[in-house]
Amino acid sequence: MRVILPSPLASYTANRREVEALGGTVDELLADLDRRYPGIRFRMVDEQGAIRAHIKIFVNRGQVASIASPLAPGDEVLVVAALSGG
Amino acid sequence: MPRLAVLVGTRKGLFVLSADRARRKWRMDGPHFLGEGVNHAVADPRDGRTLLAAVKAGHLGPTVFRSADSGATWSEAARPPQFDKARAGAAGDAVDHVFWLTPGHARHPGRWYAGTSPQGLFVSNDGGATWEGVAGFNDQRATAPWIARGQDAPPDGATLHSINLDPADPRHLYVGLSTGGVFESHDAGASWKPLNRGCAADFLPDPEAEYGHDPHCLRVHPRSGDVYQQNHCGIYRLDRAMRRWERIGNAMPPEVGDIGFPLVLHPRDPARLWVFPMDGTTVWPRTPVGGRPAVYGSRDAGRSWKRMDRGLPPSQAWFTVKRQAMGADSLDPLGLYFGTTNGEVWASFDEGANWHCLCLHLPQVHSVEAALLA
Repeated sequence: MRVILPSPLASYTANRREVEALGGTVDELLADLDRRYPGIRFRMVDEQGAIRAHIKIFVNRGQVASIASPLAPGDEVLVVAALSGG
Repeated sequence: MPRLAVLVGTRKGLFVLSADRARRKWRMDGPHFLGEGVNHAVADPRDGRTLLAAVKAGHLGPTVFRSADSGATWSEAARPPQFDKARAGAAGDAVDHVFWLTPGHARHPGRWYAGTSPQGLFVSNDGGATWEGVAGFNDQRATAPWIARGQDAPPDGATLHSINLDPADPRHLYVGLSTGGVFESHDAGASWKPLNRGCAADFLPDPEAEYGHDPHCLRVHPRSGDVYQQNHCGIYRLDRAMRRWERIGNAMPPEVGDIGFPLVLHPRDPARLWVFPMDGTTVWPRTPVGGRPAVYGSRDAGRSWKRMDRGLPPSQAWFTVKRQAMGADSLDPLGLYFGTTNGEVWASFDEGANWHCLCLHLPQVHSVEAALLA
Protein backbone atom coordinates (compact mmCIF):
# COMPACT_ATOMS: atom_id res chain seq x y z
CA MET A 1 0.00 0.00 0.00
CA ARG A 2 0.98 3.60 -0.43
CA VAL A 3 2.87 5.30 2.41
CA ILE A 4 3.50 9.04 2.40
CA LEU A 5 6.45 10.15 4.52
CA PRO A 6 7.48 13.56 5.91
CA SER A 7 10.65 15.36 4.87
CA PRO A 8 12.59 14.55 8.09
CA LEU A 9 12.56 10.89 7.02
CA ALA A 10 13.54 11.51 3.40
CA SER A 11 17.20 10.66 4.08
CA TYR A 12 16.13 7.03 4.59
CA THR A 13 14.30 6.72 1.28
CA ALA A 14 16.67 8.48 -1.12
CA ASN A 15 14.33 11.48 -0.89
CA ARG A 16 11.25 9.56 -2.01
CA ARG A 17 8.22 10.89 -0.13
CA GLU A 18 5.85 8.21 -1.43
CA VAL A 19 6.85 4.58 -1.00
CA GLU A 20 5.21 1.16 -0.97
CA ALA A 21 5.06 -1.23 2.00
CA LEU A 22 3.01 -4.22 3.13
CA GLY A 23 1.34 -5.21 6.39
CA GLY A 24 -1.89 -6.22 8.09
CA THR A 25 -1.29 -3.74 10.92
CA VAL A 26 0.60 -0.47 11.24
CA ASP A 27 3.23 -2.41 13.21
CA GLU A 28 3.73 -4.88 10.35
CA LEU A 29 3.80 -2.05 7.83
CA LEU A 30 6.52 -0.24 9.82
CA ALA A 31 8.51 -3.47 10.08
CA ASP A 32 8.32 -3.87 6.31
CA LEU A 33 9.36 -0.24 5.85
CA ASP A 34 12.34 -0.88 8.13
CA ARG A 35 13.39 -3.86 6.02
CA ARG A 36 13.33 -1.67 2.93
CA TYR A 37 14.80 1.42 4.63
CA PRO A 38 16.85 0.29 7.65
CA GLY A 39 16.58 2.47 10.74
CA ILE A 40 13.43 4.34 9.73
CA ARG A 41 11.08 2.60 12.21
CA PHE A 42 13.01 3.53 15.38
CA ARG A 43 12.86 7.19 14.51
CA MET A 44 9.02 7.00 14.42
CA VAL A 45 8.33 4.43 17.17
CA ASP A 46 10.20 3.93 20.45
CA GLU A 47 11.46 0.67 21.93
CA GLN A 48 8.21 0.20 23.86
CA GLY A 49 6.18 0.35 20.65
CA ALA A 50 4.78 3.84 21.26
CA ILE A 51 4.46 6.29 18.39
CA ARG A 52 6.90 9.12 19.21
CA ALA A 53 5.51 12.36 20.60
CA HIS A 54 5.99 14.43 17.48
CA ILE A 55 5.07 11.76 14.96
CA LYS A 56 1.44 11.28 13.87
CA ILE A 57 0.23 8.38 11.76
CA PHE A 58 -2.97 8.58 9.75
CA VAL A 59 -4.76 5.75 7.92
CA ASN A 60 -7.09 7.05 5.23
CA ARG A 61 -7.04 10.47 6.98
CA GLY A 62 -7.96 9.04 10.38
CA GLN A 63 -5.29 9.30 13.06
CA VAL A 64 -4.28 6.05 14.77
CA ALA A 65 -3.18 5.96 18.39
CA SER A 66 -1.43 2.62 18.33
CA ILE A 67 0.73 0.63 15.96
CA ALA A 68 -1.62 -2.30 16.59
CA SER A 69 -4.19 -0.62 14.36
CA PRO A 70 -5.30 -2.90 11.49
CA LEU A 71 -4.73 -2.14 7.84
CA ALA A 72 -6.64 -3.34 4.81
CA PRO A 73 -5.43 -3.70 1.24
CA GLY A 74 -5.68 -0.35 -0.51
CA ASP A 75 -5.35 1.73 2.66
CA GLU A 76 -3.20 4.82 2.44
CA VAL A 77 -0.87 5.62 5.32
CA LEU A 78 0.29 9.16 5.99
CA VAL A 79 3.11 9.89 8.44
CA VAL A 80 3.39 13.45 9.71
CA ALA A 81 6.29 14.93 11.68
CA ALA A 82 4.91 17.72 13.85
CA LEU A 83 7.72 20.25 14.13
CA SER A 84 8.49 21.69 17.52
CA GLY A 85 10.99 24.08 19.06
CA GLY A 86 12.98 26.76 17.32
CA MET B 1 50.57 13.24 8.75
CA PRO B 2 47.55 13.26 11.09
CA ARG B 3 45.44 16.41 11.08
CA LEU B 4 44.02 18.08 14.12
CA ALA B 5 40.22 18.10 14.21
CA VAL B 6 37.91 19.80 16.66
CA LEU B 7 34.48 18.17 16.57
CA VAL B 8 31.81 20.71 17.47
CA GLY B 9 28.41 19.20 18.23
CA THR B 10 25.64 21.79 18.17
CA ARG B 11 21.91 22.12 18.50
CA LYS B 12 21.62 22.14 14.70
CA GLY B 13 24.34 19.80 13.48
CA LEU B 14 28.00 18.80 13.62
CA PHE B 15 30.85 21.03 12.46
CA VAL B 16 34.49 19.97 12.14
CA LEU B 17 37.28 22.51 12.49
CA SER B 18 40.56 21.24 11.07
CA ALA B 19 44.17 22.44 11.15
CA ASP B 20 47.66 21.13 10.68
CA ARG B 21 49.72 20.50 13.77
CA ALA B 22 51.01 24.10 13.80
CA ARG B 23 47.37 25.16 14.42
CA ARG B 24 47.79 28.38 12.39
CA LYS B 25 45.31 27.90 9.53
CA TRP B 26 41.89 26.49 10.20
CA ARG B 27 39.06 25.43 7.96
CA MET B 28 35.53 24.34 8.72
CA ASP B 29 33.80 21.26 7.36
CA GLY B 30 30.08 20.74 7.66
CA PRO B 31 27.41 20.98 8.72
CA HIS B 32 26.78 17.28 9.05
CA PHE B 33 23.23 16.35 10.15
CA LEU B 34 21.98 19.90 9.54
CA GLY B 35 18.98 20.65 11.72
CA GLU B 36 19.54 17.71 14.05
CA GLY B 37 20.87 18.10 17.57
CA VAL B 38 24.31 16.59 18.14
CA ASN B 39 24.83 16.14 21.86
CA HIS B 40 28.28 14.63 21.58
CA ALA B 41 30.70 13.78 18.77
CA VAL B 42 33.83 11.86 19.67
CA ALA B 43 36.84 10.44 17.80
CA ASP B 44 38.32 7.05 18.60
CA PRO B 45 41.89 7.58 19.82
CA ARG B 46 42.61 3.89 19.20
CA ASP B 47 42.42 4.12 15.41
CA GLY B 48 42.35 7.85 14.67
CA ARG B 49 39.62 7.51 12.05
CA THR B 50 36.37 6.31 13.67
CA LEU B 51 33.97 9.04 14.77
CA LEU B 52 30.68 8.60 16.61
CA ALA B 53 27.94 11.21 16.91
CA ALA B 54 24.87 11.18 19.16
CA VAL B 55 22.11 12.63 16.99
CA LYS B 56 18.49 13.56 17.52
CA ALA B 57 16.09 15.75 15.60
CA GLY B 58 13.35 17.39 17.62
CA HIS B 59 10.63 15.19 16.14
CA LEU B 60 12.45 11.92 15.47
CA GLY B 61 13.86 9.25 17.73
CA PRO B 62 17.45 9.28 18.97
CA THR B 63 20.25 7.53 17.18
CA VAL B 64 24.00 7.23 16.75
CA PHE B 65 25.88 7.82 13.53
CA ARG B 66 29.29 6.35 12.82
CA SER B 67 32.05 7.36 10.43
CA ALA B 68 34.92 4.99 9.65
CA ASP B 69 36.74 7.52 7.46
CA SER B 70 37.35 10.52 9.74
CA GLY B 71 34.01 12.11 8.95
CA ALA B 72 33.97 11.84 5.14
CA THR B 73 30.93 9.54 5.20
CA TRP B 74 28.48 8.52 7.93
CA SER B 75 26.21 5.54 8.51
CA GLU B 76 23.55 5.06 11.15
CA ALA B 77 23.82 2.46 13.90
CA ALA B 78 21.88 -0.65 12.92
CA ARG B 79 20.67 -0.87 16.52
CA PRO B 80 20.89 2.45 18.40
CA PRO B 81 20.84 2.49 22.22
CA GLN B 82 17.39 1.46 23.44
CA PHE B 83 15.99 0.00 26.63
CA ASP B 84 14.60 -3.53 26.75
CA LYS B 85 10.96 -3.85 25.82
CA ALA B 86 8.82 -4.10 28.94
CA ARG B 87 6.77 -7.22 29.50
CA ALA B 88 3.15 -7.04 28.39
CA GLY B 89 1.11 -4.66 30.53
CA ALA B 90 4.13 -3.09 32.21
CA ALA B 91 5.40 0.42 31.62
CA GLY B 92 8.83 0.69 30.05
CA ASP B 93 11.25 3.51 29.46
CA ALA B 94 12.32 4.82 26.08
CA VAL B 95 15.58 6.59 25.32
CA ASP B 96 14.85 10.25 24.67
CA HIS B 97 18.38 11.16 23.61
CA VAL B 98 21.90 9.83 23.66
CA PHE B 99 23.84 12.37 25.71
CA TRP B 100 27.38 11.06 26.10
CA LEU B 101 29.82 8.84 24.18
CA THR B 102 33.08 7.35 25.47
CA PRO B 103 35.53 5.10 23.61
CA GLY B 104 36.37 1.90 25.48
CA HIS B 105 39.70 0.86 26.93
CA ALA B 106 42.72 0.46 24.65
CA ARG B 107 42.62 -3.30 25.34
CA HIS B 108 39.11 -3.48 23.83
CA PRO B 109 39.26 -2.04 20.31
CA GLY B 110 35.78 -1.41 18.94
CA ARG B 111 34.15 -1.05 22.34
CA TRP B 112 32.24 2.16 23.09
CA TYR B 113 29.94 3.30 25.88
CA ALA B 114 26.91 5.60 25.65
CA GLY B 115 24.96 7.42 28.34
CA THR B 116 21.36 8.45 27.77
CA SER B 117 18.40 10.38 29.06
CA PRO B 118 16.53 8.89 30.88
CA GLN B 119 19.59 7.58 32.69
CA GLY B 120 20.83 4.45 30.93
CA LEU B 121 24.21 2.93 30.15
CA PHE B 122 24.85 1.16 26.85
CA VAL B 123 27.82 -0.62 25.28
CA SER B 124 28.83 -1.40 21.72
CA ASN B 125 31.49 -3.95 20.86
CA ASP B 126 31.49 -3.31 17.12
CA GLY B 127 32.55 0.30 16.85
CA GLY B 128 29.09 1.75 17.44
CA ALA B 129 27.13 -0.27 14.88
CA THR B 130 24.98 -2.10 17.44
CA TRP B 131 24.30 -1.28 21.10
CA GLU B 132 23.15 -3.28 24.10
CA GLY B 133 22.16 -2.13 27.57
CA VAL B 134 24.67 -2.69 30.37
CA ALA B 135 22.37 -4.94 32.36
CA GLY B 136 24.07 -4.32 35.70
CA PHE B 137 23.08 -0.68 35.46
CA ASN B 138 19.91 -0.65 33.39
CA ASP B 139 18.20 -3.56 35.17
CA GLN B 140 18.26 -1.71 38.50
CA ARG B 141 16.80 1.49 37.06
CA ALA B 142 13.24 0.74 38.21
CA THR B 143 14.17 0.25 41.85
CA ALA B 144 17.41 2.16 42.48
CA PRO B 145 16.68 5.25 44.60
CA TRP B 146 19.46 7.24 42.94
CA ILE B 147 17.86 7.18 39.48
CA ALA B 148 16.38 10.64 38.89
CA ARG B 149 12.67 10.73 38.19
CA GLY B 150 10.07 13.44 37.64
CA GLN B 151 10.90 16.64 39.47
CA ASP B 152 14.41 15.42 40.31
CA ALA B 153 15.36 15.60 36.65
CA PRO B 154 17.01 18.66 35.09
CA PRO B 155 14.97 20.63 32.51
CA ASP B 156 16.28 18.66 29.52
CA GLY B 157 15.90 15.35 31.31
CA ALA B 158 18.04 13.36 33.71
CA THR B 159 21.27 12.21 32.11
CA LEU B 160 23.95 9.60 32.50
CA HIS B 161 27.21 11.27 31.51
CA SER B 162 30.94 11.35 32.18
CA ILE B 163 31.56 7.68 31.44
CA ASN B 164 35.21 7.11 32.36
CA LEU B 165 37.50 4.09 32.47
CA ASP B 166 40.36 3.40 34.83
CA PRO B 167 43.44 3.27 32.56
CA ALA B 168 44.89 0.47 34.71
CA ASP B 169 41.74 -1.68 34.77
CA PRO B 170 39.18 -1.81 31.94
CA ARG B 171 36.66 -3.44 34.31
CA HIS B 172 36.69 -0.33 36.54
CA LEU B 173 34.10 2.16 35.25
CA TYR B 174 32.85 5.51 36.53
CA VAL B 175 29.65 7.33 35.55
CA GLY B 176 28.00 10.59 36.57
CA LEU B 177 24.25 10.87 37.09
CA SER B 178 22.57 14.27 37.01
CA THR B 179 21.06 14.00 39.41
CA GLY B 180 22.15 10.93 41.37
CA GLY B 181 25.88 11.34 41.91
CA VAL B 182 29.06 9.57 40.89
CA PHE B 183 28.97 5.77 40.73
CA GLU B 184 31.68 3.22 40.06
CA SER B 185 31.83 -0.42 39.06
CA HIS B 186 34.78 -2.78 39.54
CA ASP B 187 33.24 -5.63 37.55
CA ALA B 188 32.73 -4.16 34.06
CA GLY B 189 29.33 -2.73 34.95
CA ALA B 190 27.75 -5.74 36.66
CA SER B 191 27.36 -3.90 39.97
CA TRP B 192 27.61 -0.26 41.03
CA LYS B 193 28.36 1.66 44.20
CA PRO B 194 27.95 5.37 44.98
CA LEU B 195 31.15 7.39 45.23
CA ASN B 196 30.07 10.68 46.76
CA ARG B 197 31.46 10.91 50.30
CA GLY B 198 32.88 14.34 51.01
CA CYS B 199 31.04 15.92 48.09
CA ALA B 200 28.61 18.70 48.95
CA ALA B 201 24.95 18.55 47.93
CA ASP B 202 23.56 21.73 49.44
CA PHE B 203 20.12 20.95 48.01
CA LEU B 204 19.85 17.80 50.16
CA PRO B 205 19.10 17.80 53.90
CA ASP B 206 21.79 15.24 54.75
CA PRO B 207 25.30 16.72 54.39
CA GLU B 208 26.73 13.19 54.16
CA ALA B 209 24.15 11.83 51.73
CA GLU B 210 25.31 8.66 49.98
CA TYR B 211 23.71 9.67 46.68
CA GLY B 212 21.52 12.37 45.13
CA HIS B 213 24.42 14.65 44.15
CA ASP B 214 24.81 16.49 40.89
CA PRO B 215 28.17 15.91 39.23
CA HIS B 216 28.47 18.15 36.20
CA CYS B 217 31.61 16.66 34.69
CA LEU B 218 33.83 13.81 35.90
CA ARG B 219 37.28 13.19 34.41
CA VAL B 220 39.70 10.33 35.04
CA HIS B 221 43.29 10.98 34.03
CA PRO B 222 44.18 8.71 31.09
CA ARG B 223 47.57 7.76 32.55
CA SER B 224 47.51 8.12 36.32
CA GLY B 225 43.85 7.35 36.98
CA ASP B 226 43.45 10.45 39.17
CA VAL B 227 39.78 11.48 39.39
CA TYR B 228 38.41 15.02 39.36
CA GLN B 229 34.90 16.41 39.11
CA GLN B 230 33.22 19.73 38.53
CA ASN B 231 30.10 19.39 40.62
CA HIS B 232 26.97 21.48 41.07
CA CYS B 233 28.46 22.52 44.41
CA GLY B 234 32.17 22.89 43.67
CA ILE B 235 35.36 21.42 42.21
CA TYR B 236 36.63 18.17 43.70
CA ARG B 237 39.53 15.73 43.55
CA LEU B 238 39.08 12.17 44.74
CA ASP B 239 41.30 10.90 47.54
CA ARG B 240 41.37 7.36 46.21
CA ALA B 241 42.82 5.81 49.38
CA MET B 242 40.17 7.42 51.59
CA ARG B 243 37.44 7.02 48.93
CA ARG B 244 36.46 10.59 49.72
CA TRP B 245 36.25 13.82 47.69
CA GLU B 246 38.37 16.83 48.60
CA ARG B 247 37.00 20.24 47.61
CA ILE B 248 39.88 21.76 45.66
CA GLY B 249 37.56 24.56 44.58
CA ASN B 250 38.04 26.10 48.00
CA ALA B 251 41.26 27.57 46.62
CA MET B 252 39.36 29.48 43.92
CA PRO B 253 38.90 33.25 44.46
CA PRO B 254 35.77 33.59 46.61
CA GLU B 255 34.35 36.32 44.37
CA VAL B 256 34.44 33.85 41.46
CA GLY B 257 33.51 30.67 43.27
CA ASP B 258 33.87 27.12 42.01
CA ILE B 259 30.60 26.48 40.20
CA GLY B 260 30.70 25.47 36.55
CA PHE B 261 30.12 22.67 34.09
CA PRO B 262 33.24 21.48 32.19
CA LEU B 263 36.56 20.28 33.54
CA VAL B 264 39.59 19.43 31.40
CA LEU B 265 42.73 17.46 32.36
CA HIS B 266 46.19 17.71 30.83
CA PRO B 267 46.67 14.34 29.12
CA ARG B 268 50.31 14.07 30.23
CA ASP B 269 50.28 15.74 33.65
CA PRO B 270 47.60 14.69 36.17
CA ALA B 271 48.29 17.74 38.35
CA ARG B 272 47.17 20.17 35.64
CA LEU B 273 43.50 20.97 34.99
CA TRP B 274 41.24 23.73 33.76
CA VAL B 275 37.69 24.80 34.58
CA PHE B 276 35.28 27.47 33.37
CA PRO B 277 33.57 29.12 36.34
CA MET B 278 29.93 30.10 36.03
CA ASP B 279 27.65 32.23 38.18
CA GLY B 280 25.88 29.82 40.53
CA THR B 281 24.41 32.45 42.83
CA THR B 282 20.76 33.44 43.33
CA VAL B 283 18.74 31.82 40.51
CA TRP B 284 21.80 30.19 38.92
CA PRO B 285 22.35 32.32 35.79
CA ARG B 286 25.07 29.87 34.60
CA THR B 287 26.88 32.75 32.87
CA PRO B 288 30.46 34.00 33.28
CA VAL B 289 30.80 35.66 36.68
CA GLY B 290 30.11 39.36 36.19
CA GLY B 291 29.88 38.87 32.43
CA ARG B 292 33.69 38.49 32.28
CA PRO B 293 34.51 35.01 30.97
CA ALA B 294 37.65 33.33 32.21
CA VAL B 295 39.24 29.92 32.31
CA TYR B 296 40.95 29.02 35.57
CA GLY B 297 43.90 26.65 35.49
CA SER B 298 45.78 24.77 38.16
CA ARG B 299 49.29 23.26 37.99
CA ASP B 300 49.18 21.64 41.41
CA ALA B 301 46.08 19.44 41.39
CA GLY B 302 43.84 22.26 42.52
CA ARG B 303 45.81 23.63 45.46
CA SER B 304 46.05 26.96 43.62
CA TRP B 305 44.39 28.45 40.56
CA LYS B 306 45.31 31.08 37.98
CA ARG B 307 42.86 33.23 36.02
CA MET B 308 43.43 32.82 32.25
CA ASP B 309 41.35 35.33 30.30
CA ARG B 310 43.77 37.04 27.92
CA GLY B 311 41.98 37.41 24.58
CA LEU B 312 38.52 36.63 25.92
CA PRO B 313 35.82 39.35 25.96
CA PRO B 314 36.63 41.73 28.84
CA SER B 315 33.01 42.44 29.76
CA GLN B 316 29.35 41.94 28.88
CA ALA B 317 29.73 38.32 27.70
CA TRP B 318 26.92 36.14 29.00
CA PHE B 319 27.24 32.78 27.30
CA THR B 320 27.31 29.38 28.97
CA VAL B 321 29.86 26.62 28.39
CA LYS B 322 28.20 23.22 28.69
CA ARG B 323 29.76 20.21 30.41
CA GLN B 324 31.03 18.47 27.28
CA ALA B 325 31.84 21.73 25.44
CA MET B 326 35.46 22.10 26.58
CA GLY B 327 38.39 19.89 25.71
CA ALA B 328 42.08 19.59 24.93
CA ASP B 329 44.15 18.27 22.05
CA SER B 330 47.26 16.17 22.67
CA LEU B 331 49.88 18.47 21.13
CA ASP B 332 52.74 20.24 22.89
CA PRO B 333 52.10 22.88 24.07
CA LEU B 334 48.63 21.66 24.80
CA GLY B 335 45.71 23.23 22.92
CA LEU B 336 42.52 24.00 24.80
CA TYR B 337 39.10 24.60 23.21
CA PHE B 338 35.64 25.57 24.36
CA GLY B 339 32.32 26.26 22.66
CA THR B 340 29.58 28.55 23.86
CA THR B 341 25.82 28.59 23.90
CA ASN B 342 25.91 31.55 21.49
CA GLY B 343 27.81 29.59 18.86
CA GLU B 344 31.42 30.66 19.36
CA VAL B 345 34.45 28.37 19.51
CA TRP B 346 37.50 29.64 21.38
CA ALA B 347 41.00 28.13 21.41
CA SER B 348 44.28 28.53 23.23
CA PHE B 349 47.46 27.08 21.76
CA ASP B 350 49.59 27.83 24.82
CA GLU B 351 47.75 25.94 27.54
CA GLY B 352 45.33 28.72 28.39
CA ALA B 353 47.65 31.75 28.44
CA ASN B 354 46.11 33.38 25.33
CA TRP B 355 42.71 32.79 23.74
CA HIS B 356 41.58 33.19 20.12
CA CYS B 357 38.10 32.99 18.63
CA LEU B 358 38.09 30.25 15.97
CA CYS B 359 34.57 30.88 14.73
CA LEU B 360 31.31 32.72 15.34
CA HIS B 361 27.67 32.21 14.45
CA LEU B 362 27.35 28.48 14.92
CA PRO B 363 24.23 27.12 16.59
CA GLN B 364 24.35 26.59 20.34
CA VAL B 365 27.40 24.44 21.08
CA HIS B 366 26.73 21.20 22.94
CA SER B 367 30.14 19.54 22.75
CA VAL B 368 33.74 20.15 21.77
CA GLU B 369 36.23 17.30 21.32
CA ALA B 370 39.71 17.63 19.81
CA ALA B 371 41.51 14.70 18.18
CA LEU B 372 44.29 13.81 15.76
CA LEU B 373 42.73 12.11 12.73
CA ALA B 374 44.41 10.04 10.07
